[in-house]
Amino acid sequence: MDLALLKELNAERAARRAAILVTDPDSGAQRLVREADDLSGDPLAETLRSRFRSGKSGRIELDDGSSAILTVSVPSARIVVIGAVHISQALAPMATLAGFDVTVIDPRTAFATPERFAGVTLHAEWPQDVLPGIALDPYTAVAALTHDPKIDDPALTEALASGCFYVGALGSRKTHGKRRERLAALGVPEAALDRIAAPIGLAIGAASPAEIAVAVLAQIIETLRIRPAETRTSEAA
Amino acid sequence: MDDPLTIAEQWSEAGHQVALATVVDTWGSAPRPTGSHLVIDEGGRFEGSVSGGCVEGAVVAEAMDVIETGKPQMLEFGVADETAWEVGLSCGGTIRVYVEKVT
Repeated sequence: MDLALLKELNAERAARRAAILVTDPDSGAQRLVREADDLSGDPLAETLRSRFRSGKSGRIELDDGSSAILTVSVPSARIVVIGAVHISQALAPMATLAGFDVTVIDPRTAFATPERFAGVTLHAEWPQDVLPGIALDPYTAVAALTHDPKIDDPALTEALASGCFYVGALGSRKTHGKRRERLAALGVPEAALDRIAAPIGLAIGAASPAEIAVAVLAQIIETLRIRPAETRTSEAA
Repeated sequence: MDDPLTIAEQWSEAGHQVALATVVDTWGSAPRPTGSHLVIDEGGRFEGSVSGGCVEGAVVAEAMDVIETGKPQMLEFGVADETAWEVGLSCGGTIRVYVEKVT
């Protein structure tokens, strides 16, 4: 591989943009395809589009009997946690171990302290002020855990508008009913509201903050691994 | 920890001869999915993985040739291999690994 091409690929990855390296295994010739590229004249267009959705790498057989290696790079999954609360203190290290980039946002400076969240990207600011700079995308999950509409609602609105692959919110069914009414009044469409996982987390009977963190992380992984293509396709449409 | 592609760039920039190995096909139960990378330098230093540790040694050895000749190689490993006892995949799968030089 040409070092210049490797640098290009790494730059795309650092910017959280999907890219596919196409290699001819016989000649070693390579090219880089970006998700934003116009694929209309590309003989592999259909395959490339499908690989951008699935994120799956591998060798493909071509009609002329030759083959091509597709090395697909999609951004690593990220979890943005709204609320520097007790559950988040357990969720942040668990999610980091599982390979996610973790960002915690909470405007309450008593909660969002580096002592409580060592090794995690932490913003002691309002979600509506921080999120535009974070650039939420379809490779990001948002878990709203403050239980405070002033903090959770703006983050949920932004997450749904950005096509995040997972959007979850803490609170009982009753709390969530009221939340739906508030967000609907702000103009969030019904279909988007249906995407919110609430009450948050898989139903494993989680009791403690750490157990709830397990339930939330498991639900995020389930959504990422079992339904990624659907989520991204519906958002792209 | 930096990922293999970033390390490949760093080692290359630092003046090392670098080969990049990529899992391009898997059949049956394979420990690492397609797209997994192993990066190797001329001194045999490596980062990343293409299996659960079963065939990395063989890939590193092949990478030395690739660094020397500059010619990419397609390697296949599986339990059906004659060399199964040395470098076979104990999990029973088969993998194909593409090894190329960073130039």
